[in-house]
Amino acid sequence: MMQLLAAILSFGAFALLFGVVLAIAGRVFKIQGDPIADNIETLLPQTQCGQCGFPGCKPYAGAVASGEAEVNQCVPGGERTMLQIADLMGVEPKTVEDEPTAPMIAFVREDECIGCTLCIKACPVDAIVGAPKQYHTVITDHCTGCVLCVEPCPVDCIDMLIKPELLEHWAWPLPDTARAHLAIERKGQHDPYTA
Amino acid sequence: MIHTLLKAIGRSSDTFSGGVEPAMSKVSADAPISTSLIAPVYILPIKQHIGEECEPIVAVGDQVLRGQKIAKSQGYVSVPVHSPTSGRVIKIEEHAIPHPSGMGLPSIFIEPDGNDTRDGSLEPITDYRDQDPAELRERVRFCGIAGLGGAVFPTFIKLLKDSRNPIETVILNGVECEPYLTNDHRLMVEKAKEIVIGIDIIMHMVGAKKAIIAIEGSKPDVVEAIDQALQAVSNELPEESRIELHQLPVRYPQGSEKQLIQVLTAKEVPAGKLPMHIGVLCQNVGTTKAIYDAIVRGRPLTERIVTVSGDAVPRPGNMRVRLGTPMRFIFAQHGLESFDDVHLLHGGPMMGERLKSADVPVVKSTNGLLAMSSSAMKLAHKPEEPCISCGHCGVACPIDLVPNLLADQCRNEQFEKAESYNLFDCIECGCCSYVCPSNIPLVHYFRYGKGQLAQIGREKSFADASRQRSDIREARIEHDKAEKAAKRKAVREKHKPKASEESSSDAKSSDAKSSDSKKAEENKPEKTKSDEAST
Amino acid sequence: MIQLSSPHKHGSDTVRFTMLSVIFALLPATVVSVYLFGWLAFLIITTSMFTCVITEFITLRIMGRPTSPVGDVSAALTGLLLALTLPAYLPWWMVILASVIAIVLGKQLYGGLGYNLFNPALAARIILLISFPLNMTAWIVPMHVGTPLIDLYDFNACLNLLLFGPESLNRALDAITMASPLGHIKTEWSQGIAVADALRTYDYSYLDAFLGREAGSIGETSALALLLGGIYMLARHTISWHIPVSYLFSVLILAAIFNMIDPAHYAPPLFHLLAGGLMLCAFFMATDPVSSPVTPMGQIVFGVGCDVLTWSIRTYGGYPEGAMFAVILMNCAVPLIDHYFRPRVYGQRSGR
Repeated sequence: MMQLLAAILSFGAFALLFGVVLAIAGRVFKIQGDPIADNIETLLPQTQCGQCGFPGCKPYAGAVASGEAEVNQCVPGGERTMLQIADLMGVEPKTVEDEPTAPMIAFVREDECIGCTLCIKACPVDAIVGAPKQYHTVITDHCTGCVLCVEPCPVDCIDMLIKPELLEHWAWPLPDTARAHLAIERKGQHDPYTA
Repeated sequence: MIHTLLKAIGRSSDTFSGGVEPAMSKVSADAPISTSLIAPVYILPIKQHIGEECEPIVAVGDQVLRGQKIAKSQGYVSVPVHSPTSGRVIKIEEHAIPHPSGMGLPSIFIEPDGNDTRDGSLEPITDYRDQDPAELRERVRFCGIAGLGGAVFPTFIKLLKDSRNPIETVILNGVECEPYLTNDHRLMVEKAKEIVIGIDIIMHMVGAKKAIIAIEGSKPDVVEAIDQALQAVSNELPEESRIELHQLPVRYPQGSEKQLIQVLTAKEVPAGKLPMHIGVLCQNVGTTKAIYDAIVRGRPLTERIVTVSGDAVPRPGNMRVRLGTPMRFIFAQHGLESFDDVHLLHGGPMMGERLKSADVPVVKSTNGLLAMSSSAMKLAHKPEEPCISCGHCGVACPIDLVPNLLADQCRNEQFEKAESYNLFDCIECGCCSYVCPSNIPLVHYFRYGKGQLAQIGREKSFADASRQRSDIREARIEHDKAEKAAKRKAVREKHKPKASEESSSDAKSSDAKSSDSKKAEENKPEKTKSDEAST
Repeated sequence: MIQLSSPHKHGSDTVRFTMLSVIFALLPATVVSVYLFGWLAFLIITTSMFTCVITEFITLRIMGRPTSPVGDVSAALTGLLLALTLPAYLPWWMVILASVIAIVLGKQLYGGLGYNLFNPALAARIILLISFPLNMTAWIVPMHVGTPLIDLYDFNACLNLLLFGPESLNRALDAITMASPLGHIKTEWSQGIAVADALRTYDYSYLDAFLGREAGSIGETSALALLLGGIYMLARHTISWHIPVSYLFSVLILAAIFNMIDPAHYAPPLFHLLAGGLMLCAFFMATDPVSSPVTPMGQIVFGVGCDVLTWSIRTYGGYPEGAMFAVILMNCAVPLIDHYFRPRVYGQRSGR
């Protein structure tokens, strides 16, 4: 009987203690804003392309965080981004249906440009410079390849070009050995969504 | 603490940790340096160094002289390119460079006229001791000199007399630890005096009082030649400067800058720093000779010594080759015409890269051209087996990484973890792959990991920049909207209509509002953008 | 064109050669075991090695993996190591069971060579010890120690013993076995007899223990033979000195400290060093590359950890011998040790 009482009392005391600690911790470490949406946003490629159905990366991040959007809607981010978001959200990964295309950049054929500034307004990252009645041009280093400028152009003078591969950006591929392939294969078995 | 203690017990102080002792196969060690014939065409990539690209300053059809600058450097970490012979610029277009990817760079093609006329505009400076080091440094920069040991870091950057990082010791790296390569060896034997004077020039430029010539003890002919040269010039040198000759045991990768500094000075180059930060300057033999040529003879860098060797080359040798010479032309002079079943290596077998074609030019980093038979390559690249964690790679690693764990991390795409295991400190010397009993291409995995990390970093910084611009744009649109609304409100306040007309004007104003805001959006961004552009 | 990275040169070391050199290093111990236990040792060693190789081949076939790894002789090595840790008399099916366990549970289920967490031979040995404690602690009296109770150089007798048990020779198991020194002092201590007295009643001699003239597993009795093999491996750089040296030295130090505190309870250091499977474990089990740390500091930590566990189990544990348990337990800690005891990288201020 005494043992029972001692057990109940000690557990009660512990419960009280931890409750107080948790309450204090909740006050002290309170986080402002929506950290999940911010974290998701940092994972997104920031192309601002709107292929996810939201007007930009930030709105999509907010939608995922609040559960309104699926984790697999970011097309340029591809599998890696999807897996990272799913991991962060603690949900099952889903397949990304659209294959991400090769990195593209927009190119304005300047002799055809009429200087209407419509593409400038459409560009989500201010990567097109120009003034009314002047040629516009794309700052290639800033272009995210979102294609949003192509549709508004009244004279169809914007091409999407495949981003040229730079020598400095060339990276060694994985060694072409059976063991390296086995690692990929095993990773695939481990996680069916990356296979 | 414990580590230093263990090191003190287990290893003597004048060595570096790890390393291997591969068969040296220096078959061309006794072959005197021959001179290459004039090639039918010279191909000069606009970037032959580490750093920023150059910009061509000649046009197609221009006549150029030997030693004439044909591409000027853009940016600080960059050195210009010079024409290797006199002739005509026939085209400027992209051409493959010696790179494992087989990719290319814009290159200047020069067709020789056969006269080989020199551009004599650079005056020789024989009284260099009386010259301002800054001027000499400008000369070295102008002459396009980059580290000829293979790293091709612009040399003038290192030749800086800086009171914050005074150079105490100049090291001449005569340790040619790569198998097969003998270009530095032959150069030291044949041009010992020029090299010693080159060291004196460097010492004067950086204000160092001490220099060490490091040579492997297995090369008595070099030791003899350098000894003689030192005696010959000893009375020409200023009294306070000291040039010592150090003989070292043979061990790979002793010729690596960091390891050589550790061996000679017992100091380590801190991660992310340069040797100059610990008061040491390390120069390659070929670079030192190039500095001599630039200063004393007034000649820009247009040629270098290349070892042509390998088990598939009938007549291995060392050759003075002009930059831009197609490799096929050089191999032909050594008896190798057909490249079927032959693998070409650019550099030594331990750190050199396999080339995808023989139609690439010799560049400033070409210290060796090896042609290996496919049977030799097959032996070097046996099928990978599972790691048995024998730890031989860690023992061989000269910088004390744990290569087997790093390779696992790279293979399994745990790149951040690999980074925390100091992946980027790897010097890719190849010792780990060399000793691995399971034939794991460890260096290849590290390169893969480094490449992926670099790409992830690039994507991340690009995303961050895009987000920033997007945020700024949104804020601007908001701001404009608010401004416009405030203005409209003010206007409405001003022309406040009578109460009876209120309902109809309301409808009107809402129309006006939408067109207004549209206009605002149209005009404002352009303005800010053109501002940005003009600034 | 396949992308090949430098280096384009490779040393002559191979996995097969490494394994062969370990087998070569085990030769002295194997010879001594045959000298002491006659045909019994021979039969157990061959059975175990043969079963291991066959099992490896079959498992690889079943799993649809290439059977080429059989050629790396690691299975044969596992079989040899396993046999050397077994007592001289064990029913034949237990030997085969142990070999199958070593290869299937200890190695292939983890993914094959290089992926196993534990030393396969030790894992099988321990599973067997826990499953069949009686058989696994019955030590046949070896030849050349006192008067042999059965002639181990008689092939037929040995074969009969293995196949049909001691009953076929009209003997009880107890009648042909004796206690090992470690077991002896443990039993005596439990009856309140001091270590020194226990050793006296056992007629213990350090020289005998060093040469191997004592009861125990077939390969572990002779410290001398194991030492020879160990030195050979050290000289050939098959293993590094860190694990055996730290393991054996810390055994000496720890035992010496406690022996000085209370000589009646704690056995002397030299006794610990020569007893049981310590030498075998220190040179051949703890140094198994796959299941030991790769960093030098980690290896020293591993060795010391093995020692602390060995000594503790021997002194306080339920089993008389602790070396094998110690190694297996430390195997679990290897990834952690490797992570925390990395060497300081050139130019970095600290390892981590």
